[in-house]
Parts: sequence; structure tokens; C-alpha cells
Amino acid sequence: MSQPAVRRTVIVDETVGAHHLLDNESVLGPLMLSPLLVYLVALVGVPLVLVFVYAFSDATTGSQDFSFVGLQTFQNTLADPVFRVALRNTVVFTVLAQLIVIVLATILGFVLSADFRGKWLVRFLVLLPWTTPIALSALTWLWMLDSLFSPFNWILGELHLIDVGTPVAWLGQDNLAVASVVGLNAWRTLPLAAVILMAGLTSIPPELNEQAQVDGAGFWKRFFDVTMPLLAPIMMVAILFGIVATFTDMAAVYILTRGGPGTTTQVLGSWSFYTGIQGGSLAQGAAIGIFMFPVLLGVCILMLRRASRVDVV
Amino acid sequence: MVARSPLVPLSRWAVLVVFVVLAAFPFAWAAFTMFKDDGDLYTVGHVPFLYNSPPTFSHVKVLFTDTAFLTFVRNSVEIGVIVVAITLAISVPAAYAIARLTGQWGGRIAMTVFVFYLVPPTLLFLPLSRIVADLGLQDTIWSLVLVYPTLTAPFSTWLLVGFFRSIPRDIEEQAMVDGYSRAGALVRTVLPLSVPGLFTVVIFTFAFTMNDFIYAVAFISSSDNMTVSAGVPTELIRGDVFFWQSLMAAAVLVAIPVALAYNFFLDRFVQGLSLGAVKG
Repeated sequence: MSQPAVRRTVIVDETVGAHHLLDNESVLGPLMLSPLLVYLVALVGVPLVLVFVYAFSDATTGSQDFSFVGLQTFQNTLADPVFRVALRNTVVFTVLAQLIVIVLATILGFVLSADFRGKWLVRFLVLLPWTTPIALSALTWLWMLDSLFSPFNWILGELHLIDVGTPVAWLGQDNLAVASVVGLNAWRTLPLAAVILMAGLTSIPPELNEQAQVDGAGFWKRFFDVTMPLLAPIMMVAILFGIVATFTDMAAVYILTRGGPGTTTQVLGSWSFYTGIQGGSLAQGAAIGIFMFPVLLGVCILMLRRASRVDVV
Repeated sequence: MVARSPLVPLSRWAVLVVFVVLAAFPFAWAAFTMFKDDGDLYTVGHVPFLYNSPPTFSHVKVLFTDTAFLTFVRNSVEIGVIVVAITLAISVPAAYAIARLTGQWGGRIAMTVFVFYLVPPTLLFLPLSRIVADLGLQDTIWSLVLVYPTLTAPFSTWLLVGFFRSIPRDIEEQAMVDGYSRAGALVRTVLPLSVPGLFTVVIFTFAFTMNDFIYAVAFISSSDNMTVSAGVPTELIRGDVFFWQSLMAAAVLVAIPVALAYNFFLDRFVQGLSLGAVKG
């Protein structure tokens, strides 16, 4: 309770003693940290607890009252076939999209780490998928993959690979819709991963590669034996950002396919939204969201582990 | 190292062209579409890569005159500016404390802040929509002003810790020897030296608020209060009727300035990312 009094003294009293107090790092440090921590506890910590509270209850958006129903909500969730599709999709989409990103981001990071004329423009264009708000870039995909007016349909038609008049419904066929959602997620997370890898590549001392070359190692041997191991920690960071973005995505699916055709491309984020907001079942929506938690926790642990031995880089 | 790779300039350009096409094609296609005349656009059999009728500005004009697009833009800018102010107000002191004052446990606090960053909106939007409703803020831009700093402050703090750490301690210590308090030294020496870092935080905070979709569609229901991200895909599509040229114009007109802003600050952003709190 003495804290407010101390603070008031500091502000009003401009004596040597007050300065001394502001200079006292054990007071000033926590004081400067507290607004951020209070904000995060109130608007991330508390809601996170509430997600678990809802998931063990029968809460709806319509009413303030709810009672606890134990594991009933989870049982309903697990029995829901759409939920199972969403859970599987979330994992599969994330793995596929990030495998693509690992390969392509390494190549892109490599070519971008060199200096060349027009680099600024190339970087601007290559970064567009990451810099554009996802809701708007998903709209450009929606138009690009339009069943009637997609330019790809026209090209395929001209090449006589499809019959004119029976266009490919890119978002209307199960496999193509899945490929489109995976593609959109890979496309939008690729630039950040490439940029992070580029930074990692430029931080590798050139002497290491020069020495390996003197020792007779070819390009690919140097790439896999020298560059890749040094790049691994930063690659981890790049991919973890992509995992979080893809695993917790809702907007890409919501705008591109609305989870369809049917429920083929539903993911945890979108299904939680449809159930919790549009369906009005807070409890069920929360229970669906909670299944993201184990993966996010894993990501956290990986990140923290990496962080604890990062001083090698 | 790169110079000695087998990627001779020609093949490097080939690779770059492939990536540029992959990344930018949807936007190029959108930019091409936005000037198309209805008759040209919606005729199956027209070569889609040509203007079969003269290009027209009329759909771009429609976006500005007959839709709520400008309202969305104004809302997004207002929200962005206020959230930037809140984010700086809570991140700057926190980052300085982590970088300079808290010693060993500063690293642990930085970790905690980072863990908060990993809790996704797709998990929190349900309880937050209830909290927002309880505060009477549902369907106002203030609901987003309240919630967006949870997305931006952890990341900004993380970047700022990196920037503050890269400033030599001697500079503040000299200021303190000259009679300034710790806080005075922060304001008079560290902040002026961190201006580029602060600009980076401003730009990325603003961009993060533009990027959100789920909170905006969960909290806001009336077109008057929507942001660009939520409003364009939900309000400009009426039922099954898509005004494709106007939609594509909206996407392109937002994408380009945002991408320019990112590009000016990208190097510092990446530097901050690798210098940041995770480096412990």
C-alpha cells in the first residue's frame, strides 16, 4: 500500500532524494514494466482462462448465465465430424504449407542475399503476399481462381487441356480447394521466412565457406555441411512464425472457401468462428479453439529452447 | 559465399523472375482487372489478358463514391493511430526496463511477453467478444482500439528491446553523470537515438492493426464502424454479387502503400527481429 505514496513523492518532489528514487533500478524497472504486463494479463491472460472456463460450460452468446457441464462440451466436440475434419486439416495444411515454405524460402533467401540491380523492386514485389492484409490478398486469390473467369481456365482451354465450356472449379473440387488453401498459406508466409533466412545468411562469416572451399568442398557440400547447420536455428524461427500463422488461420479459409466445398477445407480457427460467433455456442467454439493449444505450447517451448542457446549465432 | 555459388547472374534472374511472378501475379491480375469494363470482363471467350474494350476508371470511382470504402479507410486510420499511441506508451518503458534495468530476470520477462505474442486471436476472440460486449463497446471502433495493443505491444516491445540494447550504455551513463535522472537520460539520450527504431515500431504496429480480420468481424457488425480488412470482403460483396473490379481496386489501393511502408523499414525490422528479446 505504500507504493502510491512513493510514486506521488517522485512526481511532486524535485529534491535530490526523489532523483535518487527514480535512479533506483529496483523501483523504476518494475514501474516501467507494469503497464505492459497489466494490459497483457487483463486482455490476454484473463481471456485465455475464460476460454477454458467456457469450454467446460454451456455458455452461449445469447445469455450471460452459464453452468458447468464438465467434459460434456468436449464430448460433443469430439463427436462432431466437422470438428475432426477441421482438426486434421489444420495439421495437414500447416505441415504441407510449411514444407513448401522451407524449400522455397531457402532458395529465395539465397538469391535475395546477393546484391544486384533492381533489388529494391524485386523485394517489394516478392514481399507483397506478406505485407498485404490477408483478407484482401485472399480476395485476389478468390478472383484469380474464379470458376468462370480464372485466367488459368483460359490458358488450360487454349492448350486444349480442358474442354471449353467446362471450366475447372478451382475452389469447388475437394482436392483443388485443399491445394488452394495450402497454396495461399504457403504464399503468404513465404516472404517473411525468406527475409529472416536472408538475414541469417548474411550473418554467416564468409571465411567458413572460403576455408571449406580451400579444403576442396563443392557448392552443395558446403551448402549442406557449412551453411545449413549454421542456418538451422534462424530457419527454426522463420518456420515457427509460419506455423503459428497457418495453424491459427481463420481469414484465409473464411474468405477463400468458407470451409467448403461442404466442410472439406474447414480448419480449427474457421470452425471455431462459425460455431462460436455465427452458431452462438461460446462453449463449443472455445472447446474447438483449445485444440490449437498443444501445438502452440510446443511452438513456445521450441522458441524458448532456441532462445536459450541463441548466443552461438 | 554467394558470389561463388553456381548461381551465375543469369540463372539468378531466372529464379527471381519465377518468384516475382509467384508472389505478385494475384496483385498484377487484380490491378489489370480493376480497369475492365463489365462487358469485357464477364464475357466467356474474351482473351482475359487483353483489354477487349477500352479500360475504364468507372469501377474505381464507384469504390470511392458508392461504397463505404472511404469510411473503412477512415476507421482503419483512426484505429491505427490510436493503437500506435497506446502501443508506444506501454512498450517503450517496458522495453527500456527489460533492456537496461531488470538485469537477469529481464530475460525471463521478455520470454513471458513473447509467450503472450504466441496466443492467437483465433483462440481469444470468443471471450474477448464477451468482454467487449460487457464493456458496452461492441460494434464500435473502440472495441478494436482496446484489443489491438495485445497484438502489437508484445511484438513492439520485443523489437524495441533489441534497438535499446544496441545503444551503448556509456551514452546514458554520461548523461546521468551530468546530472540527469535515469528517466531523464532515457528521454534525452536514448529516445532520440532510437528514432529509426521507433519509426519501425510505428509502421509495423499500424500494419498489424490493418491486417487483423477475426476481431474486426467478430466485434463489428455495422458497415459504419468496419475496418478495411473486415469491410471490403464482407460489405462490398452483396449476397452472391461480386463487384470484382471495385473489390480488386480496393485490394490494390491498400496493398501498395502498405507494401511501400514495409519496404522502407524492412531492414530495421529484420535487424530488430534478430536482435530482439529472444536473444536473452
